[in-house]
Amino acid sequence: MSDVVLELDAVVKRFGDHEVLRGVSLQLHRHEVVCLIGASGSGKSTLLRCSNMLESIEGGSVSLFGQSLMDPRIDPDLVRRHIGMVFQSFNLFPHLSVLDNILLGPVRSLKRKRGDVLDEALALLDRIGLRDRADDFPDRLSGGQQQRVAIVRSLAMRPSLLLLDEVTSALDPSLVGEVLDLLSDLAHQGTTMLIATHEMNFARDVAHKIAYLDQGVLVEMGTPDQIFNAAQHASTRNFLERVR
Amino acid sequence: MTLGFDADTSNETPNLFAPRRSRIFVGRRGVVASTISTLVIIGLIVSVLFVAPGGASFRHVFFDPHNMWVAWVGDPGQGILAIKNGLVVNIWMFLVSEVIVLFFGLTLAWTRMSQSPVLLPFRILATAYTDVFRGIPLILVVFLVGYGLPALEFGFLSNQSNAIYGVIALSLTYSAYVAEVFRAGILALPNGQLLAARSLGLTHASTMRRVILPQAVRTVIPPLLNDFISLQKDTALVSVLGAVEATRAAQIAVSVSFNESGLTVAALFFLVLTIPMTRFTDRLLDKDRARRLVSAT
Repeated sequence: MSDVVLELDAVVKRFGDHEVLRGVSLQLHRHEVVCLIGASGSGKSTLLRCSNMLESIEGGSVSLFGQSLMDPRIDPDLVRRHIGMVFQSFNLFPHLSVLDNILLGPVRSLKRKRGDVLDEALALLDRIGLRDRADDFPDRLSGGQQQRVAIVRSLAMRPSLLLLDEVTSALDPSLVGEVLDLLSDLAHQGTTMLIATHEMNFARDVAHKIAYLDQGVLVEMGTPDQIFNAAQHASTRNFLERVR
Repeated sequence: MTLGFDADTSNETPNLFAPRRSRIFVGRRGVVASTISTLVIIGLIVSVLFVAPGGASFRHVFFDPHNMWVAWVGDPGQGILAIKNGLVVNIWMFLVSEVIVLFFGLTLAWTRMSQSPVLLPFRILATAYTDVFRGIPLILVVFLVGYGLPALEFGFLSNQSNAIYGVIALSLTYSAYVAEVFRAGILALPNGQLLAARSLGLTHASTMRRVILPQAVRTVIPPLLNDFISLQKDTALVSVLGAVEATRAAQIAVSVSFNESGLTVAALFFLVLTIPMTRFTDRLLDKDRARRLVSAT
């Protein structure tokens, strides 16, 4: 299959004695949205971080576009230029304006000219309705606005794949909607995404596949219909029962 | 279910007024109270100079206007070197040292936090350096540099003035302190900043330069200023090498006039030197805050 973007094969990750991922395998195809669900501590975030080499792994392999990231000749910085990542706590750079937050990646890591990227950055801000806040500093924005800026900051790199780590978990309930709407838009436009989330309704609506993780094991993976209506495993059904 | 105490069932209006005796501290009266207490405390301290049995001679020995003036402007006839000229030496010693310390301290911190395997020996060196120079008393470093380098008879390194050796000693010691200040500032940043920058494909060096350092520098300004004030005062230690800075000039004045007023003058002017430093930093911080607030609207 040539359209496999990301492939995890029996990935094992340990922090000391604690095994966080215990042989997780997963494929992500182009234009596909996969939602990772599971309790806190089940390994969702770690799985995302292993995918863009923010964490090393102790076993198995991760490949991007069919190239194994285990190869010592791989440059992690080049890998990350193709993978956008958005965090639960936004992690905007507080000393840079909203615009400069967006320009930093394209200008400093892709070495594009600031003038060339400027229009794109403003168009991205336009898209999330924050063009008039381009010169503001992040601390003047609401949580929902900050998270939307963080999302377009990673889009400015034109990534092949977007990793989203519980991006609405730190938001006021009233601000969750605007962020999820943006993600739905991206999904409909064919953005390839791996999304760790606790928002079950959102996952049901946008995901092509849902993967349920429990204590570092990928228990089962299937279409939203299969997972939410006909889960094969008792632990999946239990989890869904508890979060519903 | 019982709470173990009665729920609020009383209909009494609670009293919100401060007790009568503490009301002098409330509102505009607070200003009056603070002014009076300040004057009383200062008065008490100064009055010691007048009430103490040795007060009169103390005032003559440490605060004699004539001797203070002579120590300040100098008197070539008596061999008294002017404190004001000495002070110039202190000022350029700390200015030069501070510039060196900023760059060298930052380099040390940067090296200690580097990740490249190639830099491992430098990481070890930088760590050893900060351990060593934070542990040796500055006055010993002054002696070691001031006597050691000339003894080497090693070209231009060995025929510098004592003030230059002072600058070298101060820079060596304070770079170690300042490196730790920078490192603490860097480590205090939330890890998410690093993760976000690396996720954008920035290299370790770019991440440090564009994301980590600009934020760290802002947080370390107050402790950095603290170290610089220390450094400014510690230029006095270079007097042990015989460099004629303010302290040395004061000592000479004292030995000629048998009156300690020169020391008081030197002390006063060291105080005067540190105050602009504090004000300057406060203004920097205010400007930074104002810039962020203006952008809000």
